[in-house]
Amino acid sequence: MNRFAELLDRLVLTPSRNGKLTLLTDYFRSVGDPDRGLALAAITGDLNIAAVKPAMLRTLVTERMDPVLFGYSYDYVGDLAETVSLVWPQTPGNIPNREPTLGEVVARLQAASRSDGPKVLAGLLDSAGISARFAIIKLVTGGLRIGVSARLAKQALADFGKVDVTEIEELWHGLSPPYTALFAWLEGKAEKPRNTAMALFRPVMLSNPVGDGDLEKLDPADYAAEWKWDGIRVQAVAEGGIRRLYSRTGDDVSGAFPDLADAMRFSATLDGELLVGDPRQATGTFSDLQQRLNRKTVTPKMQQQYPAFMRCYDVLQIGAEDLRALPFRERRGRLETFVAALDPSRFDLSPFVDFADWQALEELRRAPPHPIIEGVMLKRWDSPYVASRPKGPWFKWKRDPHTVDAVLMYAQRGHGKRSSFYSDYTFGVWSGGEGEEELVPVGKAYFGFTDEELKQIDKYVRDNTVERFGPVRSVRADRDNGLVLEVAFEGLNRSTRHKSGVAMRFPRISRLRWDKPANEADRIETLQALLDR
Amino acid sequence: MRASDLLHPRPEGLYCPPGDFFIDPVRPVNRALITHGHSDHARSGHRSVLATQQTLDIMGLRYGEDFAGTTQAAQLGEAIALDGVSISFHPAGHVLGSAQIAVEHQGTRIVASGDYKRQKDATCAPFEPIACDVFITEATFGLPVFRHPPDTEEIARLLKSAAQFPERSHLVGAYALGKAQRVMRLLRDAGYDRPIYIHGALARLSEYYQSQGIELGTLEPATVEGGKQDFAGAIVVGPPSAFADRWARRFPDPISCFASGWMRIRQRAKQGGVELPLIISDHADWDELTATIKETGAEEIWVTHGREEALVRWCELEGIAARPLHLVGYEDEGD
Repeated sequence: MNRFAELLDRLVLTPSRNGKLTLLTDYFRSVGDPDRGLALAAITGDLNIAAVKPAMLRTLVTERMDPVLFGYSYDYVGDLAETVSLVWPQTPGNIPNREPTLGEVVARLQAASRSDGPKVLAGLLDSAGISARFAIIKLVTGGLRIGVSARLAKQALADFGKVDVTEIEELWHGLSPPYTALFAWLEGKAEKPRNTAMALFRPVMLSNPVGDGDLEKLDPADYAAEWKWDGIRVQAVAEGGIRRLYSRTGDDVSGAFPDLADAMRFSATLDGELLVGDPRQATGTFSDLQQRLNRKTVTPKMQQQYPAFMRCYDVLQIGAEDLRALPFRERRGRLETFVAALDPSRFDLSPFVDFADWQALEELRRAPPHPIIEGVMLKRWDSPYVASRPKGPWFKWKRDPHTVDAVLMYAQRGHGKRSSFYSDYTFGVWSGGEGEEELVPVGKAYFGFTDEELKQIDKYVRDNTVERFGPVRSVRADRDNGLVLEVAFEGLNRSTRHKSGVAMRFPRISRLRWDKPANEADRIETLQALLDR
Repeated sequence: MRASDLLHPRPEGLYCPPGDFFIDPVRPVNRALITHGHSDHARSGHRSVLATQQTLDIMGLRYGEDFAGTTQAAQLGEAIALDGVSISFHPAGHVLGSAQIAVEHQGTRIVASGDYKRQKDATCAPFEPIACDVFITEATFGLPVFRHPPDTEEIARLLKSAAQFPERSHLVGAYALGKAQRVMRLLRDAGYDRPIYIHGALARLSEYYQSQGIELGTLEPATVEGGKQDFAGAIVVGPPSAFADRWARRFPDPISCFASGWMRIRQRAKQGGVELPLIISDHADWDELTATIKETGAEEIWVTHGREEALVRWCELEGIAARPLHLVGYEDEGD
């Protein structure tokens, strides 16, 4: 249990992706089965343990210590799981010779009934030290919140076994904790596990951005063009009565879109974009789509108001026939026939964009006919469907980003290499009437600048600090003073959480406008106009 | 006599009217008794100072030789009479030279512990519980959430991380007096024999510790000569403030570590951008505070700087009279 607890503690404080991968692969290397597999399942959210309500935790601890002292402690720490792990009284006679392993903890929790759950939990907490108690509480209250996605965990497995991550993704949904066969294969001690489960994820094909000079070398006649829809890439797999919607990285998202999953009455694997609306009438905007994102459960009202549908652009399999080796032109033909037979309120085809030459396509790309289109896709007519991101067959050619001139308001110190630099910037635009202008924060960005520019901004921040709050500095920013940043972003969402009412997607610093006076930065109305489009 | 007639707070610090002296005054006074060399307890400009020789040496290093009008060294355990009040110094286990001060007059004995800890520390003499009527305890970590793990475990985590990330340097933030030297000594005791790189602010105090027979091994200045590659895999110790400063840019992709009791709280580590928190403290944790209060056998407890309320509450539950003693000018955040 201690190794797992230590891993959690390190992961939560390690900001860099490479650092996290090192910690995970070291853990997989040095911890045996079944503990490492259970840890993996806990991280990917695949560990099934009956949940314990926070109220019960509080009851357990105040039965064991003075509630006033517990109150002081909780007020100070602010996190219930952490407070309980720290204050849990250890009775000297009660400490066993060794702490329980993760495998033992999980086994006891899974065997516990609803009624003896609290007693089992208390017994486990009695037998563990502080770090282990914290890990146990995190397991039973659900949600580790350690900044490790399932995707990153799979990458760590791939690094550990020196295989490609797509191999892990393809296997993943046929496996279950503690993944003993998977680890044996990754360690070279056994054959690759054979996948016999139904409706498995197939690693998706990705595109490369169009770079400078790329198009000059290509013949427009070799490529088909489609709009690039700004929805969620999904793979719809139905087989033997099992229906699954997978995200681009192989996470099962069917639960969030039951309306679409229900309509998957076929036996095939389709690739496309999940959007909301009715494809026969109108496609919803990204703000509409947002209503359906990041939800564990979805109400009937929500499904009615923002129905999900899939705009299909490829087919990987029909029945038992794997189509991935066929050229795109042939797959597209099969797809058109196939989609024609599906529920038209839930499935449609991604239309082609006709163009004669790159110049004509460029004009279409710059002025797409719908706000949820973010550019065009180019696909070679003769390309097979291959996993990952090969250079050449598929290109994305995005609309140019929006830009806004904003004023630097707060700067925060970075992490790792940047821990001595103020590298995370909150910026604002002007609001309020004449003579009453004030800056309202509209976003935060921490990249887009060169190392040299970082040094310059850092110096500016240090020289113009007006207040400090821990690692954050408030920077002088008024009508007469301030650093103007040109910020590029992909889109704008309505936000109820931000004072400005808007939230930027993918903001980054595109230029430093040392030349521009702060009072000439943009106003909030400029951004609001983008929202209403 | 009533205990509060023997010692009570004044704006300058804790005052003893019959002996006419202050303990750890925060402003210049006529006669000062100093528990230890941390700058919020040991200030310069007093007319006379009574402290252990090591504390006097440390004050001299920090403020220059003329930090006080006159000085007198107190021998541990020996009574000194000041205007009829009997004074004695006893080890506090906080940092090198740190002492508790026992004040006795007309049958009443008060022990002002200053800052103290009970964990073993190879860089200073261990705390000795002194029987008394009133025990004045600090409460820096006076909440049941503060439970310091064995320092050897924390150092083992640092060494493990250094092995895991050999291409990066580990920057250990540690206060210049006491904590820094303890961390270095712990590294040596754990068998780490490579040079330890130190920030300039640590040089003189570390040299002084070594002159007092505390082995710290090879210490090298963390200066830039011959490029950044030199610090890959290195352990660098410096004051915490230095790591947020431009000074830290010389190190390759550093892992920031902070040796402090505050690191027990995850959010504290996260807010400070600490990647590897090391829970190493020179103050007593909750269990040490409560155990010490019982050991002294004191009938009354005065609680100073820190989280007084929880410790006062605990005393109430134990049937021990207790009250907060409001002293101004000490750093609540000290560790």
